[in-house]
Amino acid sequence: MFGAGGGTSSYQEIEETDVIVMWGSNARETHPIFFHHLLKGVRNGARLFVVDPRRTSSAKWADRWLGLNVGTDIALANAVAREIIHAGLYNETFVRRATTGFEELKAAVEPWTLEVAAQETGVPADSIRELAHAYARADRAQICWTLGITEHHNATDNVRALINLSLLTGHVGRYGSGLNPLRGQNNVQGGGDMGAIPNRLAGFQDILDPEVRQKFGSAWGVEIQPRYGKHLTQMLEAMDEGTLTSVYCIGENPAQSEADAGHTIKRLKGLDHLVVQDIFLTRTAELADVVLPAAAAWCESDGTVTNSERRVQRVRKALDPPPGARDDIDIICEIARRMGHDWNHPSAEDIWNEVRSLSPMHYGMTYERLERLHGIQWPCFSLDELEPTYLHHRLWEADPDKRGEPAPFKAVEHALPVDVLDDDFPLRMTTGRRLDSYNTGVQSSGYDSPLRRGETLDLGPEDAEQLGVTEGELVRIVSRRGSIIAPVRLDTALRRGLVFMTFHFPDEIDVNALTIEATDPIAGTSEYKATAVRVERLSRAEAEKGLIAQRKQAQDRAALAR
Amino acid sequence: MTIQDDTVRRTGMSVPLAPPRRLVELSIDGETIAVPEGETILTACETAGKDIPTLCYGDTLTPKNACRVCVVELEGARVLAPACSRKVEAGMVVKTDSERARHSRKLVLELLASSVDLSTTPRAAEWLESYGAEPERFGPAAAPAAIGERDKLHAGAHELPSGEAAATVHQPPKVDNELYVRDYAKCILCYKCVDACGEQWQNTFAIGVAGRGFDARISTEHNNPLPDSACVYCGNCIEVCPTGALSFKSEFDRRAEGSWDESRQTQTTTICTYCGVGCNVTLHVQDNEIVKVTSPHENPVTHGNLCIKGRFGFQHVQNRRRD
Repeated sequence: MFGAGGGTSSYQEIEETDVIVMWGSNARETHPIFFHHLLKGVRNGARLFVVDPRRTSSAKWADRWLGLNVGTDIALANAVAREIIHAGLYNETFVRRATTGFEELKAAVEPWTLEVAAQETGVPADSIRELAHAYARADRAQICWTLGITEHHNATDNVRALINLSLLTGHVGRYGSGLNPLRGQNNVQGGGDMGAIPNRLAGFQDILDPEVRQKFGSAWGVEIQPRYGKHLTQMLEAMDEGTLTSVYCIGENPAQSEADAGHTIKRLKGLDHLVVQDIFLTRTAELADVVLPAAAAWCESDGTVTNSERRVQRVRKALDPPPGARDDIDIICEIARRMGHDWNHPSAEDIWNEVRSLSPMHYGMTYERLERLHGIQWPCFSLDELEPTYLHHRLWEADPDKRGEPAPFKAVEHALPVDVLDDDFPLRMTTGRRLDSYNTGVQSSGYDSPLRRGETLDLGPEDAEQLGVTEGELVRIVSRRGSIIAPVRLDTALRRGLVFMTFHFPDEIDVNALTIEATDPIAGTSEYKATAVRVERLSRAEAEKGLIAQRKQAQDRAALAR
Repeated sequence: MTIQDDTVRRTGMSVPLAPPRRLVELSIDGETIAVPEGETILTACETAGKDIPTLCYGDTLTPKNACRVCVVELEGARVLAPACSRKVEAGMVVKTDSERARHSRKLVLELLASSVDLSTTPRAAEWLESYGAEPERFGPAAAPAAIGERDKLHAGAHELPSGEAAATVHQPPKVDNELYVRDYAKCILCYKCVDACGEQWQNTFAIGVAGRGFDARISTEHNNPLPDSACVYCGNCIEVCPTGALSFKSEFDRRAEGSWDESRQTQTTTICTYCGVGCNVTLHVQDNEIVKVTSPHENPVTHGNLCIKGRFGFQHVQNRRRD
């Protein structure tokens, strides 16, 4: 939308803003230290709106919780946009000067009256109106989101719907006003920054731009392909088609993290050659032809990572890796050497300086400055100056030349989740993280957390009563793709019709056997947030038999992988 | 964030800047010094190179004025002033090491050392010596309380001591989970853990002060064990604890078996491996093993705070060595 992918604000700004909208994010549990900054903002007087199907521990801090139906984010955002327009609260000057496509947006959101949206989203009309007015009237306002927005088949449209709100109101490009996608992994942002995405080279430079290719090509002494690569989902599809036959997988566990896990394992097993480089012998590594044991990047090697406020920070080696495990740089250089390219084993700082020489937005970030300034937010073009902590200030320039390209509104249509609810699958299952655990549990299972309860099917008391199930009872959860057995946990954060599971314990209960592989066409993210399921009661004998079968299945999967 | 020699590029956009602060001149031990208005006497003393003892002061917390070990004498003032919280004023005449200030600090240290186990409080032994403190003058230490005994004391139900022994808070440590230990025999009631857990940082409110007077103690709600309390194991209380009353279980166990050796430890600051917030974690490593995790207090991302994963979620790295 704006050119470079990254949050437009900084943590400090969330402390000094007036309205905070957390949309599809339970930061209290998933980004706890960001939530510290947010709570400073709340204590400084900011109003907090939380938009989430669950009444999460983040929502408990909110002035208003908007408990929408899963997958109706665009309906809600469009209604907020319509209300802002109809109430005359949009920033007319900003829209005229700095954006394009307003009329199309206006037409697209017109059907989304408060009443229609209330019907579709389940959020009371008054609450939608209140959010619209509070956000539009605020001097400064922030929208923050996480996977509640992006783990949908229409992830990109969801994000666009939120960006539309910021453009309507001018809540972008100013101190305290912005858009903050909170990154789920410690270097998701950095991976994108460094060009570990299919369409950009380091510093978000477009691989289709001949000048960019020329610059990188001459630095590296190679010709750079003039086409985009594949994102993860496209790679998985290419495995099906047989056009992708060899994979070098570094620090990723797709055999357990991908939606529809069984299908993914089949694909990985169908490869001619699979190389896995990881700090553990993961399920994916068990499928590999070659496993390269790696040093843990965050504490056994040197380098940099980038956080959710675009701050590049130093990672430092604190421990020696276990015998046989090697630094990622070392492994990659050694492979290159055996392929006939001797890169002379550069240090992490040497490589970083090469990044600086090729990526203007990183140029000013010497190791010395990164150290001294507690990291630096990109862009940083100069060795002796810092840019403002927020992006896109150019949009506010009065001079059209300085203002540059306007930011486009993108009218987006509401589309319900792919996995539809019907009489056979009447419950909406959504997934997420808990405070003490992390993704497939590869790292977080290593420590003994007093908070950990294992995998459960969380559901609200109303649904439990209707189903006739009680806390701790083993039930079967069935989706159109698979079924699993898990104990019930009652959670008043869940409304009728909504159930919740994590995916932290795939070795015991493989929740991704249920999830759907419906993916966003642009971002390639799977719709982990919306699965249609039913819950079946089990007799004690059935439950015990089922659990044994489930355990055996998990073991078989492991054995199969080996 | 300290920008030092770097300047933020002027864009014509509003970047909030704090109003400029005037310099205030004051005298510290006869030396004139200028510090920005709004600073504390403690900061001014540090600028002047004075070494003022502190216990309840925390650089990431609002001063609590609980321990009184940092008191200094102000010319013309009736009472001694806590350096950690008292703001500087123009023309102030501060005496950091006067007889009166030294005497007061000595008594504070004696009262603390007679009743609390200061064996893991950094610099406590040095201060006791330099102020000539004699904690033993209150008599032999009373026998430690049985586990849970002090937690049962109700406000107002205090019994008169016999006078034959110095009252203490000695009691066995509370070990009720695998992550951290609460050894309240070492607690000086500075309240920093309560503030860090409460509204100043974590906003979890798992702990508070129970009881009154000498029976006051830090407690979870209804004195529940931690796993049954509201605690989320962020360890931000450990980060601010000045005496070692709160410690990593890994540190506690090593101390118990005599293998805790800070002279063999390195401290390396890196970035947490979990979510994308980018928290700075300082890994304390002994014999190639992480034994404790802290976070730099001046860091703009964390201000010294972490969550359970950042603080305790490192074990997977070393489990690889044992597999």
